[in-house]
Amino acid sequence: MKDIYRGSLVRLCDESPEVLAKAFLKWDRDTEQHRLADSDPAQLWSEKKLKEFIEKHAEKKSQSFRFSIRTLADDKLIGGVGLWVASWTHADTWLGISIGDRDYWGKGYGTDAMRLAVQYAFIELNLRRVSLGLHAYNERALKTYQKVGFKLEGRMRGEGLRDGVRYDSLWMGILREEWLALAYAEETK
Amino acid sequence: MLDIQTQLFDAQDVRFGPIDHETHPEIESKWTHDAEFMRLMELKPVRPLSPAMVKKQYESIEKDMDESKNLFYFTIRTKEDDRLIGKAVVEWVDWTNGNGFLRLGIGAAEDRRKGYGSQALSMLLRYAFGELNLYRVTAVVPAYNEGAVRLFQKFGFMEEIRRRKALNRDGEIWDLVSFGLLNSEWREQVRA
Repeated sequence: MKDIYRGSLVRLCDESPEVLAKAFLKWDRDTEQHRLADSDPAQLWSEKKLKEFIEKHAEKKSQSFRFSIRTLADDKLIGGVGLWVASWTHADTWLGISIGDRDYWGKGYGTDAMRLAVQYAFIELNLRRVSLGLHAYNERALKTYQKVGFKLEGRMRGEGLRDGVRYDSLWMGILREEWLALAYAEETK
Repeated sequence: MLDIQTQLFDAQDVRFGPIDHETHPEIESKWTHDAEFMRLMELKPVRPLSPAMVKKQYESIEKDMDESKNLFYFTIRTKEDDRLIGKAVVEWVDWTNGNGFLRLGIGAAEDRRKGYGSQALSMLLRYAFGELNLYRVTAVVPAYNEGAVRLFQKFGFMEEIRRRKALNRDGEIWDLVSFGLLNSEWREQVRA
């Protein structure tokens, strides 16, 4: 069996709340990073509160699978990726990713982490579908998700409002059979 | 024209009311024993609920309404005899961006196909757009719930997302469809 935590540029891991809280403290200062990844208002939290959030999330393990992302080259903590199983009965999960450290944007790290998270959903959780949403202005994310095999399934018109401008949100999904076909093509290449 | 004199909670044959913790649990418990109805309404695995369980749910709904301020829950009653026939909900309101999700159901089979759902949806839309001032609303519907699909289409909702093969029911795979309506679109309809 292969090491499902290890990609070509990054590995998935679990960090202790102290380490992660320190990282978030730094990443949260970058509001572009927050506004690409999230639709909640950007906020600043104390290290103590961040640590409490992280500890609280860690308790809900049966539905939520969160990983930190470290680079293989220099073992640097650069972001996080998480699966939130919307429904075990329908075998569908939400996926969210954020590369908090902007020095690692646009260099393949996010794509590599996405591939690992999707693979985890299909071969470890044995789900049938992975779903995600993104802001229409996040073109880099759209390209990444398409590269990983996600298909556009629709858009919510004017769902977001930032700096006085309305924009759409995009919604994508990848099915188990689509992912298997891609994985097979990759292995026989 | 809609104005402050036009009642929000009053339609031709039905009205909106609050939960009645004394009389409603018995009625809603009956609905939950109708698996067909519940599978049209819910994506979660359905299960029958005793009146005592429904009572608990009502308490947690009102607690949530009070604390979260992003849930607005109404019971639908017939005006003739004040009978509970369904529920109408605006939920998961995102105040920053002006979005909300709608949910609507007529509990008993004999109360369906009488226009009650349409009247309730009219009130719910006016509440979402005229009172909460939302920019847009969303309704998420399993593709097999043809009645709901027709209702939202009738009210001018646009199919925005079709999550392919997102549901597994009776060994069959179904799409999950998401409909959206903008405040501006609703206002045009009201004006016409």
